[in-house]
Amino acid sequence: MFSNKIVNLILLVLTAIILFVIHHYQIIGAYYLQIAQYIGIYAIMVLGINLVNGYLGIFSLGHAGIMAVGAYSSSLISKYVFTDPVFFPICIFLGGIVALLAGFLISIPSFKVRGDYLAIITLGFTLIMKSVLQNLDFVGGARGLRNIPANTNIGWVFLWLVAAILLVRMFINSKYGRSTLALHEDEIAAELVSVDTKKTKVVVFGFSAFLIGVSGGLLAHLLSFTNPNTFGYVMVSEGLIMVYLGGISSITGSLLGAGVWALLVEVLRPLGVWRWIIGAVMLIMVMIYRPGGLAGGTELSIKGIVNFVDSVKKRIGLKPESTFGSNGNSGKH
Amino acid sequence: MDMILQQTINLLQLGSIYALLAIGFSIVYGIVRLVNFAHGDIFMVATYSFFFLSTWLLTVTPSLYVVLFITLVLVAAVISFLAVGIERVAYKPLRSAPKVSVVVTSLAVGLLLQHLVLQFIGPTPRRVPRLVPEVQFHIGKVNIELYQIVIIAVALFIMLLLSLFIMKTKTGIAMRAAAQDATAASLMGISNDNIVSIAFVVGATVASIGAGLYGMAYPIFDPYIGQMINWWSFTAAVLGGIGNIKGAVLGGFLLAAVMVLSPMVLPVSSYRDIVAFGILIMILLIKPSGLLGKKTIQKV
Repeated sequence: MFSNKIVNLILLVLTAIILFVIHHYQIIGAYYLQIAQYIGIYAIMVLGINLVNGYLGIFSLGHAGIMAVGAYSSSLISKYVFTDPVFFPICIFLGGIVALLAGFLISIPSFKVRGDYLAIITLGFTLIMKSVLQNLDFVGGARGLRNIPANTNIGWVFLWLVAAILLVRMFINSKYGRSTLALHEDEIAAELVSVDTKKTKVVVFGFSAFLIGVSGGLLAHLLSFTNPNTFGYVMVSEGLIMVYLGGISSITGSLLGAGVWALLVEVLRPLGVWRWIIGAVMLIMVMIYRPGGLAGGTELSIKGIVNFVDSVKKRIGLKPESTFGSNGNSGKH
Repeated sequence: MDMILQQTINLLQLGSIYALLAIGFSIVYGIVRLVNFAHGDIFMVATYSFFFLSTWLLTVTPSLYVVLFITLVLVAAVISFLAVGIERVAYKPLRSAPKVSVVVTSLAVGLLLQHLVLQFIGPTPRRVPRLVPEVQFHIGKVNIELYQIVIIAVALFIMLLLSLFIMKTKTGIAMRAAAQDATAASLMGISNDNIVSIAFVVGATVASIGAGLYGMAYPIFDPYIGQMINWWSFTAAVLGGIGNIKGAVLGGFLLAAVMVLSPMVLPVSSYRDIVAFGILIMILLIKPSGLLGKKTIQKV
């Protein structure tokens, strides 16, 4: 069989070609393209939130504020400093870096404060951020920032999403990733085996903030305007819903959560207010029947699918018992 | 001096409402260890029930105080049923699930309640009828409205009643036992499910009385009111030390103090949120488990 890496590469290139063809020949309407871009942007954000709320296991409500930082700083840079569209990725990157600094700032209280108390501090960050932006005149105050160059297209969203997925994967398999998972299980035990908990928290919060900031920048350049009210309570709740709907500590879960929630909200749009009622009921059902979220802490992988097919075949009697290779139906990380 | 006295009255009025809402948060948290983010929207439904019931009752009987009393009792009963129903349907299947899935479920319940009201009642802001006669008292230059006295008096009375209930009655003792150690309590013959239901009933009752009082002070409301109230009362509960009822009262009054006093000191009133949350973050950095919260010992 092919090795996992080659299969992944082929899938990646195929998706890129399909997206290019769709974009270039305008096979699907602008509306559907817009939804696809939303899903991609939300997926980057959810990956970022998942690093702190999932992998690190700290209940944070700061993502809306961080997203605002990323959106505003990258918009200001692309509006006043690097106005040429060629520099667009640099603007997004710099926005992410500013957000990363904000992430460092939020990580400091987490050394001492725990649980719901930390949640309040991060919520405070979000609300303070919103209020500060409402009061700063040079970023438009409560009316927000207008005439941001609309540089985001499906290609950039796709590239950033792929980069985000690869970065998160590399991170989780790195030394810091192991420390993060150890911290999630038990902070004191991790400290006893000489995990530098403070450094790990700073790194994870910073990395998470970078991804959330990038998604904020992409969103601002997609809509070509941004205002403080976008990044309030609603964004806090929706971010949480997408993370836990998909399933924590899972890249697959992040993509699923963003995709399912964004699609659900769009598909049900003709129903008006009813869509939120249906969406909420479905969310409750998912939580009751799959408390770990849709992905439930597992990752989708070729090996996992092969194993699953094997186990199904075995169950319906197509394949004799084999002694190896089919001991689970999905690959746990 | 007059200014300070006037603001103190405002502070007490807002603080008693926040305190009542934070108590609801804390009681449920103490028993189930659940941050019930639907609390604000339960408050919102209570406000609507209060509005419809009192408007209808006013056409039947002219006596304001009778209407006030009947509505407070009836709304508390209705909202208690609602809260217990929500607990049975949405939270009970998740008793053994990870804590965060219950939190997300409660967010979803809040979303559901809010949009059900939006769909069936509509987004137009409404005005709660005045149930306290418009009487003003003057002490020097200080204006005190009768409704302000009623709010503070009713809130204090409810808090007194609640502390008697928790400290003296058999059910209250059982609740404290379950909050301390649910497993040990159930071995002593305390039904865990009943205690949870009682916690939700108490939380909902206190929230609906809070809704009635809130309606007297700030009569205009719409379906979105729940979200604001939700985060503010959660903040008050956490500030005092979540799970601790005295802490919730203290947190409520402290939050109100910050909200009322910061515009007096600040040049621009729009900086209020920044200062309010700045102070809250400071307090939590100094006392990481809230003002009256017990320091939990972590075991490996």
